[in-house]
Order: sequence, then structure tokens, then C-alpha cells
Amino acid sequence: MTGPLQHPGYDEEKLRKIAELLPCREVQAELLLSLMGQPEHRSYPAIFIYGHRASGKSHTINMIMKELELPHVMVSCVECLSVALLFEQVLLSFFGADAAALLPRGPSLSDFVRIYRQQCSDSPAKQTRYIIMEKAEMLRDTDANLLPALLRLQELVEDNVSVILLSEIVWDKFRPNTGCFEPLLFKCETILEQILSKDRHPSYSAEFYSSYINILLGVFYSVCRDLRELRHLAALNFSKFCEPLEEGKAKESDTHKLWRNIEPHLKKAMRTVYLREVSSLQWEKMQEMEEKEAGAVRGLSAHTHVELPYYSKFLLIAAYLASYNPARTDKRFFVKHHGKIKKTNFLKKNEKTSNHLLGPKPFPLDRMLAIFHSVVDSRVAPSASIFSQISSLVTLQLLNQASHDDQLDAPKYKCAVSMDFICAISRTVNFDIVKYLYDFL
Amino acid sequence: PCPLLCEAAHCTSGVFVLQIQSCKRERDIHLLELLRRTALHGESNSVLLVGPRGAGKTMLLKSVLKELLKEKDVNKTLMQVHLNGLLQTDDKIALKEITRQLHLENVVGDKVFGSFAENLAFLLEALKKGDRSSSRPVLFLLDEFDLFVHHKNQTLLYNLFDVSQSAQAPIAVVGLTCRLDVLELLEKRVKSRFSHRQIHLLSGATFPDYVQRVQSKLWLPEQFPDQRFAHEWNNSVKVGLRVTVAKPCIKPADVLEASRVCFADAKANMLHGLSILELCLIIAMKHLNDVYEGEPFNLQMVHNEFKKFLQRKSSTIYHFEPAVVMKAFEHLQQLELIRPLDSPGARTQREFQLMRLLLDTSQIMEALQKYPQCPTDVKQWAMSAFA
Repeated sequence: MTGPLQHPGYDEEKLRKIAELLPCREVQAELLLSLMGQPEHRSYPAIFIYGHRASGKSHTINMIMKELELPHVMVSCVECLSVALLFEQVLLSFFGADAAALLPRGPSLSDFVRIYRQQCSDSPAKQTRYIIMEKAEMLRDTDANLLPALLRLQELVEDNVSVILLSEIVWDKFRPNTGCFEPLLFKCETILEQILSKDRHPSYSAEFYSSYINILLGVFYSVCRDLRELRHLAALNFSKFCEPLEEGKAKESDTHKLWRNIEPHLKKAMRTVYLREVSSLQWEKMQEMEEKEAGAVRGLSAHTHVELPYYSKFLLIAAYLASYNPARTDKRFFVKHHGKIKKTNFLKKNEKTSNHLLGPKPFPLDRMLAIFHSVVDSRVAPSASIFSQISSLVTLQLLNQASHDDQLDAPKYKCAVSMDFICAISRTVNFDIVKYLYDFL
Repeated sequence: PCPLLCEAAHCTSGVFVLQIQSCKRERDIHLLELLRRTALHGESNSVLLVGPRGAGKTMLLKSVLKELLKEKDVNKTLMQVHLNGLLQTDDKIALKEITRQLHLENVVGDKVFGSFAENLAFLLEALKKGDRSSSRPVLFLLDEFDLFVHHKNQTLLYNLFDVSQSAQAPIAVVGLTCRLDVLELLEKRVKSRFSHRQIHLLSGATFPDYVQRVQSKLWLPEQFPDQRFAHEWNNSVKVGLRVTVAKPCIKPADVLEASRVCFADAKANMLHGLSILELCLIIAMKHLNDVYEGEPFNLQMVHNEFKKFLQRKSSTIYHFEPAVVMKAFEHLQQLELIRPLDSPGARTQREFQLMRLLLDTSQIMEALQKYPQCPTDVKQWAMSAFA
């Protein structure tokens, strides 16, 4: 869209300021302004704006409302646990605290509409009032009548009010069963490169920063398009990118050297900061430390790797084998002299039923103990200490109880650890678990 | 000329979208007659207006009421009560609203009534003034009538229809609903008291009719100041809403563009904003659906399918940690493109929870065609018949 934002009824100066604050969103701002029309005119009763996270839905609307000083109320549906909070906020913003105080305890939609009508007959709207609801998908979980009523609010209160819904989820999932007043749908596009380039550090040139952004996007673009995440990552890693420059090892134009410096760092960031394994603070500290020491920082999921006692490890291995091997194969794996087993029946498996894709199966306690006794190398007496270790495994959530708490005589369990974890454990006890797994025969 | 135009457009109709008005002259007259009989001759009536959303039920009612209230006698005596199924979700709330709209709050005061019927009878009794032999006629307009049907015991409806059948007071009950099967929802005793009078509003307009009506709505009157502009304007047809200062005249291209904006498939649009990894996961799910005929899948299966694709390609760009794939999968779940089969219990690990894909194959393929800068190997993988 060429040319500045123009619209009758709004101050030119303010429109120019909006165009500055919303750098790459002229098209969307233009469309919104044309939908809103002049302030004294009635707008479309309901508008639905959807788009991915951080695609500028709230930002655009907020900027327009603030700069043009239109009467509006911004409600986040996450905060409105009950509809009373929503009604209070709306009445408070449009008519003041006295109106909000008129709401009875536990107000219904009927009360809200009645009070609104009373108030707006006293103070009618000179300009269109806007009710903007963020995270509108939460409205679907409230009373069934709230969403259709909000869409028709202009008709119900007979006032110049317009409801704007912002959501990540498409409108098709909102529609009530018997239909409702259809809002105007409007999509916000995500804009990445231009907005990211605007965050540049003042002491470096714009081209330098945009080359940095290009490298960053090269690593992360195929995984994530969320503007907030990318800005966060850009801010965190910029100092590391500038390191060679500060140390004098490279110049701004040595893109290849800079790239070689930063790329493994970014890949590491994808494994840690992006997944929130380490916090941003820890990440910044890691950057300052030497590379050799940096490996010592543990991510969040490292905390699940607890040191288990010797027999507990074997119990866990036995549980894993019991979960992922079908019961009919136990004889072949765990009995010393199993004789001849027909290969054809045994090996008949197709990929779909591979247990490693479907998930662990529940097994009775006896089976696990049988496997345990066959797997452990020394003779172990079934004592209370063994059984108590099983309970602690359940508490650590390495095993899940698959039967009801009431069943005491034949409890069933499921193994809840991943393949990598159990391989690591088996290595520490010198046990080759892959040999005993049916799926890897 | 543009500001004047906008003003004209916005002021004449509060409704922005043009609704199809079916030819309803005889229905107008029929409804008007019915309501006039209640207002003037003390006859009780009940009628239902049935029609799809946007067919013009509220508009019809408004125009009939306007017509009715032109007569002085009617204007003086008729009382109206407007109820809406969305607002009055309970019979108690409905009764309070009726009391309020009949301006009888002071009369009722703090009285406690045994039943709904008593309360309603008291209200109608209170409308009798002085030495009048019968009470004033009341018009009950029930919007979203099908929602009143879900109240407990359908008390409100039962009592209203009961009063309309008995000789207590002249009332008219007009219900507006979009459900064709609304009569089946009524209880037997309520249904028997209803007069079974229904007015159906079905828009049978064809496209040329529609165009003509749109044109007549947008036609500028002769009084419009700038004649030349009015003439230019009248020469074009508008379905969209994009009138800005920069483009004061409507051209067919605008119509097409506006229609593209209005009818865009929202889900396909959302697919364009996904990252490549997420797109690959969706393609993997599509292949799983094709091979296993729509059976639910979990993350491990999808990841396995994706790894098979990567093995064939041997490019290192797409090798990601399982945790990164999990994050992408969860993002898809948040966008409600996939849905878990049952509520997530603590018993199943996240990787093994069964899900369903909520996208159609055609939607995926269409979105892929328009996906900006889609890598060719991903596209080819999507189109190949064998995963």
C-alpha cells in the first residue's frame, strides 16, 4: 500500500504517528481503519481477528486505539474467570465506577445488558465504543450464550458499540451449534525480518545487524516462526556474535568468520534455551565461561536422571523389558534352555505394532519380578527392600501404576522412561538391553 | 465526495451487511393483521417466525411493529415485552424482566408468589386499570425462541401459551427462531396450547435478484450533492467493504479482492504461517492417515514417519532433536490443528498420547501450493503416494 494512512474523521497527525509505530503493517492498519469508519458512524457489530502468536493482532489494535484516543476497553479472557469480571471491566471503562457498582452479585448477562442500556441512555455514545477481547478462544468454555450475545451486542443494547475478538484459533471452531451473527474475519500476518532488524544495537551498523539476523533465521526459521522467541534469541546471542569483533579477530565484513563462530553456538541454543532447558540467565553465564566449563551446566531434564541403587536399576530394566516385549516372547529371552521356537510366528510383526511406537503396555508385578530374577546376575532373595524399591520407582514417576489403588493382590505397572534413559542405565550396569528387546531383533 | 458518501451509507442503515430480503408482502400483512386483532379487538394469538439466520425475521417484525404503532389507539394501549433467549436464560430472570418491562416493579414490591403462573396472572391483573373490563393487550416478543425451550419444564412458554388460549387477558406471543424443528422441541402440553401458526421466511432469491437488491440499496438518491460522483458510483456494484479515501470508486477488481478476503479458508491461511518442521509433521500425519485409514496416531509414530523421509533425503538441514520436534508438535496442538482423543490423563506419557488430525487432505494440499517458499523436496514428499 503506497502513501500514508489517510482517513476522514481522524487527525492526520495521529495517523502519521500510527504509521510510524506500526512499521510494516500499513495494509492491516488501513483495512482496520476502513472497517472502523468514522468515529461517529456505527461500525460492524463484530470483527474477528485471527493469526499466529506474535503476529501483531493486539499490538496493531492497541496502537490504533491509543493514538486515536477512541473509547475502548481491552479485556483478556484469560483474566475473566467469571463473566462478572468481564462485565465490571466493560462498565467501568465506559461509564465509570458507579455503573460498575450497580451490578448485582453474580450478575447475569441480562443484568449487564439492562445496566448498559440505562447508562447509555444517560450518556449516549458520541463515538464508536470498542470492546476488544484477547484470547477469545476462552469464551467457548464459558456459558453457551455469552459468545452469541457478545456478537450481537450492538443490537441488544442499541448503542454504537463494536466487539473485536482476537484469537489464535480459526473462527470455524468458535461457531455455536445453531449459528450466530457472523463476524467479519480478518487475518494478521506474521512479519519477521523487518521487525527483527529494527532491534539493532546503536553501536553497530544496520547491515551488520541484518547479517546477524539472516544467520539467526537460517538456523531457526525452519523450526520456529514466533516473533517473540526469535527476538529473545537474537538479544541473547548478539554479544557472542560480536565477540570476534571486540577481540579484534575479525572485522564487520568477515561474514564467514563470524558465521563459523556463531553457528555452533546457535545450534546449542536450539537444544537448550529454545527448549527452556536452561534459563536465559544461565545461558548468559555460560557464554561468559570457557567452552570446557560450559558443558558442566545441566539443563532441566538432566534433573530427571537420578542416581539409582544397583537393584533399582535392574528393577527398572526388568520393567522396561516387561512393558515393551510381548508376554509370549519372555520364554525365549529369559529362560535358559528354551528349546526350539518356531521362527515364523515369532518374528511376525509389522511396523505398526512396534511397541516403541505405540507406547508401554501394562504388566503384572509377578512378571516383572520373574524377569528381574532372570536378569540380575546374582541370586537375590525377594525381600521387603526389593519391594520398597519398586514403590520408590513409582514415586519417582519412573514407573506408573496402571491398576486401581484398591487392587492390592495383583497390581499392574507401566514403565515410563524413554529408550535413551534406559540405555544409559543399562550401560552403567554393563547390561546389553538391546539384545533383549523384541523390536530390535 | 467520499465523506458525504460514507455518512450517507452509515446513517441510513445501522446494518452494514446487506441482507437478502425475501418477498414478504403477504406475510407482512398477515402478521400485521394478527397483531392488530390482539391490540384492538382483545383476541389472543400466538405465532412463530421461522427462518435461517439473516433471513430478515427481526427486520420483518420491526417493520410490522412500526406499521402497527402508527395507529393512535394501538399506540395508547398496547404494551410490549421483548425477551431474548440469549439474555434471559432462566425463567426467574425472564419473569423479572417481564415485570420490569411492564413497569410493575412497584406494584409487585416484595410479594412472594407460589408459582410462575400466579406471578404472571398477578401481573396481567395489575394491568387492568380502573373500571376497564379487561386488561391492556400485551405483546410478547421472544427472540431466540429455541433457547426458551431448554428452560426447566418450559414454564414460561407453557404459561404464556396458556394465557393466550384462555380468556384471561389479550396477549400475543411472537417467537423468532432459526430452527425448523422447533415444534418438536416443545413439550406436549406446551405444543397443544400453541396455535401452530408458523410463518416461514426462506430466501428464494436468485443471484440476479440479489444483485438488483444490492444495487438498489447502494443507489445514491437524487438529492446527493455531487451529481457526477453519484453517477459514477451508481455504475458499479459493491459486495465488499473496502472504501477508503484513496479509492473512492468501486471497481470489479475490488469486489474480487474483497471476496477473496471474505471467503479465504482460515485454516489454510494458518497453515501458511507454520514453520517448515511443523509443516513436515503435518505431511507425515497425512501419510499416516492415508496408510492407516484415519486411525489415531501419536508423536512417536509421526516422528518415525518423518525420520523415514529424512533417510531418503540425507540432507542435514532437517535433523532435529526429539525435544524440538515435541515442541513443534505441541504448538500444533495449541493451534487446534490436532486434537487428543481423550482428555490427557497422567497415565500416558506425552509422546504416546493418541491424537487426530483436524485437517482435510485437500486443505493440506491446497495450503502447500500457496505456502511461501516451500522447499521442493517437502512438496514432492507430500504429493508422493507412498510415504
